[in-house]
Amino acid sequence: MAGAVFGMLLLFVFINFGSLPIKSEVSHLDGEQTFSTSKVSTEEVHQNQVPDTSYHHHRETFQDEERADPAELWTSPESRSQQYETPLVESQVEEGGQSEAPATRNGLAESGQPPKVNDRFQEELVIRPLLSGDVYSSFQFRTSWDTDLLNKQKKVSHFRLFPKSLGQVISKFSIRELHISFTQGFWRTQQWGPPFLPAPPGVELWVWFEHTVQDVDTSWKELTSVLSGIFCASLNFIDSTNTIQPSASFKPLGVANVTDQRFLRYAVLPREVVCTENLTPWKKLLPCESKAGLAVLLKSEKLFHSSFHSQAVHIQPICQDLQCKKTSWELRQTLSIVFDLHATGQSKREWSLFKMFSRTLTEPCPLASTSKVYVDITETPKGDDMIEVAPAVTLQMHAVVLGDRRKYMVYDLMTPEPYGSLRSLNILLKWKLQDSEEMLPPILHAERYVGGYGLQTGEIHTLIYNNHPFRAFPILLMESVPWYLRLYIHTLSVISKGRENKPSYIHYRPSKDRQYPHLLEMLVQLPPNSITKVTVQFERALLKWTEYPPDPNHGFYVSSSVLSAQVPSAVALDANHTTEGPLFTNLFPIMEESSYFMRVYTEPLLVNLPTPDFSMPYNVICLTCTVVAVGYGSLYNLLTRTFQVEEPSAGLAKRIANVIRRLRGVPPL
Amino acid sequence: MAASLVLVLLIAVTVRAVLFRSSLAEIIAERVEVVSPLNGWKRVVEGLALLDLGVSPYSGDVFHETPLVIYLFHFVIDYSEIVFMIADAITAVALYLAVQDYNKIVFRKQKYTLEAGRYPLDVVELLRTPKEMMYIPIKVAVFYLLNPFTVLSCVAKSTCGLNNAITALFILCTIKGSALLSAIFLALATYQSLYPFTLFAPALLYQLQRQFIPISIHSPRFWIFTSQYGSMYLGSLVVITCLSFFLLSSWDFVTSVYGFILSVPDLTPNIGLFWYFFAEMFEHFRPFFICVFQINVVFYTIPLSVKLKEHPIFLMFMQIAVISIFKSYPTVGDISLYMAFLPLWHHLYRFLRNIFLVSIVLIACSVLFPVLWHLWIYAGSANSNFYYAITLAFNVGQILLVSDYFYAYLRREHHLIHGLYLKKKDGTEETLILK
Repeated sequence: MAGAVFGMLLLFVFINFGSLPIKSEVSHLDGEQTFSTSKVSTEEVHQNQVPDTSYHHHRETFQDEERADPAELWTSPESRSQQYETPLVESQVEEGGQSEAPATRNGLAESGQPPKVNDRFQEELVIRPLLSGDVYSSFQFRTSWDTDLLNKQKKVSHFRLFPKSLGQVISKFSIRELHISFTQGFWRTQQWGPPFLPAPPGVELWVWFEHTVQDVDTSWKELTSVLSGIFCASLNFIDSTNTIQPSASFKPLGVANVTDQRFLRYAVLPREVVCTENLTPWKKLLPCESKAGLAVLLKSEKLFHSSFHSQAVHIQPICQDLQCKKTSWELRQTLSIVFDLHATGQSKREWSLFKMFSRTLTEPCPLASTSKVYVDITETPKGDDMIEVAPAVTLQMHAVVLGDRRKYMVYDLMTPEPYGSLRSLNILLKWKLQDSEEMLPPILHAERYVGGYGLQTGEIHTLIYNNHPFRAFPILLMESVPWYLRLYIHTLSVISKGRENKPSYIHYRPSKDRQYPHLLEMLVQLPPNSITKVTVQFERALLKWTEYPPDPNHGFYVSSSVLSAQVPSAVALDANHTTEGPLFTNLFPIMEESSYFMRVYTEPLLVNLPTPDFSMPYNVICLTCTVVAVGYGSLYNLLTRTFQVEEPSAGLAKRIANVIRRLRGVPPL
Repeated sequence: MAASLVLVLLIAVTVRAVLFRSSLAEIIAERVEVVSPLNGWKRVVEGLALLDLGVSPYSGDVFHETPLVIYLFHFVIDYSEIVFMIADAITAVALYLAVQDYNKIVFRKQKYTLEAGRYPLDVVELLRTPKEMMYIPIKVAVFYLLNPFTVLSCVAKSTCGLNNAITALFILCTIKGSALLSAIFLALATYQSLYPFTLFAPALLYQLQRQFIPISIHSPRFWIFTSQYGSMYLGSLVVITCLSFFLLSSWDFVTSVYGFILSVPDLTPNIGLFWYFFAEMFEHFRPFFICVFQINVVFYTIPLSVKLKEHPIFLMFMQIAVISIFKSYPTVGDISLYMAFLPLWHHLYRFLRNIFLVSIVLIACSVLFPVLWHLWIYAGSANSNFYYAITLAFNVGQILLVSDYFYAYLRREHHLIHGLYLKKKDGTEETLILK
């Protein structure tokens, strides 16, 4: 008994003393010097713990997410913070700053949107089987927002669907338009036809700044650093040596009055490798991320097992209504993949969503206003059905896309119809044609290669094909060549059908060593059914040893040249079609869809430069200085000395003998 | 003599004309030993093409010629081959006339000294005879015109030929005693390639000597003439530079031509010492070593002028040689100019110590340049060190050649004062050493 009482006493003392440090800390904070009871102190502890619990809550949500998608471990800290800030702002507005656990976006959407919605989100996926047996899928996510991000007086801080990280970038750097694409692989126009969204291999970034920007170069430099943080890419390698200001090739795509090229910057990093770490931040910009909607298909382990992968972000102002008095901001996130028949498809001409992405679709993104999947079911040029699609839906659509009449099967994910009884949509494509059929050659395509041998000079050859049987059309060719390949513009030759084809417009800016690259833009008229060969010679420079990359003999990349053209469409070619439609519609051959804008990127080039021996800077410094010293020494010798008669000095033996003789006191020899 | 000069000119023009028409011309025009970024013909054409496109040729880093050259070729672009042949002919004729005149002066001076009895008795064999001196001018012309280096440089249409012509005219005017023309041509030469400004010292010394003005700081006539000549030189330099400014109405050419010469941004291999050194240089030390190497080119002017103030033409030869060895973008055309002077120092031959070795080195290196270039750039079986080693050997050869001639010159002067065969008291021969 006594032991028990003693034990309780001990326990009491222990509790009291245990709570003492906390209490004293609190009282110190409050400025009170009085001791309080243990009860008070526990209250304090509880109060102290409040932020702690919310912290745990955060932690849990983090963990939940990480369990959901391992790829998302690679998230940049910026997009993380953005993800949690947005709901917090919402809750502050609605509930007066109570710190509750952050609501998820889905929960928000269900609980009812604010009365006036001025932003919209749409998502769509286009699947196009290619004649080669490969399959091309193109995702587009479009967010538009009726607001003025550039207004300096009224800063926008309330972001709902539009990603905050990009919105802040737009207002900070006064951006009019921003287009960035990350591409792995090369789009083979000849095999696959024109893509919906062309992009050069590597990273391409072009930005139109507002005309209020004073120092465009500084903004550009800062912007590239910020974007490299947002997209986890080496965009910080964009500097003045690979930035150009195209005069004609890149015009604003959105609403813009300003077309002064001083506010345009364009850069390509052809060497940039695109991988998961770029995909994850890109997915984070989507309102549903990759939790719901079409984005669930974007699993990096499948996406990067493809022969072409291109993801892009396009931000531009668009008209709000027909009068276009006000503009709204549009963000288009696009992602295109070509799955290879043999690498991914095990050489079977059967594709399904599950085979391509290892996921099926179960629901649209709850925040999306439209969510659709289009499957291209156009017949082959011969008129046969190319593929069989299952599950088939009744909704079909005809459209002229890139100058070609296409037929699409449309799956509207907002309706329950496509999901069927399994409550999941797995579109199956089965080829009816077994052997690959030759496709019609694309009307415009181009290829490029380096000619010549040795490491002293070389030639860049660009072959531009116009496969239209009777229409000539002009194209704008833009080449940006780094300074270490010194172009000789007087060797430029443009030859079509064996004849000189003088460009009607040439804009050339020669390079400055270590400062800016060559920019060559020209307008060339392509004769019908012809190959135009553009040749220009260059000289390879020897660089300083520190200017070579770590693998100097891999070579140096030259970014793709860009062809921009209004291409006459194949629709106008189709003689059969005119007999089908009403006669009054096609009396004159010029239709609104008779030509379309197209951009073609050629292959990037890999060029070797002569290299110094990297192992011997010390030796070179020593040897060269020795030679200079030989020159200096021999001249110094002759300059400072005069000719004198040699006085033969005594031999060593004689001198020693004389020393001994002197010691002995005998006169020397 | 005039007939043989005409004959030499005809032969030289024929050789060049044949080479211009042959397929070799294109290969030669690409050789890095023959053309540098500073004077390549391809770059002149590029500059003209840029002008045609309405782009300033100096906005890029391909064209580094002076505005006057681009203006010249704007008119004579179709006759460029003839222009380069004429430039070579002018150089040869100017050197011929200059050397002829100089020889007369040298002989007259020798005659007076001999008559005054100031030579020791045993130097008779060192004295120069009219017979031997008669052929020197034509030899100089032959050495310039038929030197393979000059021929290559001309066939490659390197504007180095034009610079050589200007320098030769400057030498002619200096020797003929025309101070104004000499200053104008010196200014032109400086304008063209910057380094020849160090030739101001020999030209001044020669003209002072010619007008019997004592070279002393206390003599007012010395100062008057120096300031006259200096202001003529600077005045013409300013006029030429302003003229260039008005031709293109921009000062871009200053950085693009002289900045390019001084800061050596283009590391294209050549026969000089700069390219590999600065390709391998640590970034931190680059400005320091650029200063050191550029000072090295002009540094020798002062001590050489002091040492050779009685012999300004030899000083001029030394200066031209030093410039062509140590300049930032040397080509074989620069070498051919100082090599043309070698027959003029024919009488030093007996004092040269290692002329055989040096000639072998120079010939062997000239042959090895294209071989090792091919191995490095085309065959890929050698690397840059091979070519670099040859440039080192070639430059050592040139340095030895020049310093050997300098040694021989000083030695002969010593003998002319102290006698040729110095005997010791015991009758044995004395040996001369530098002390």
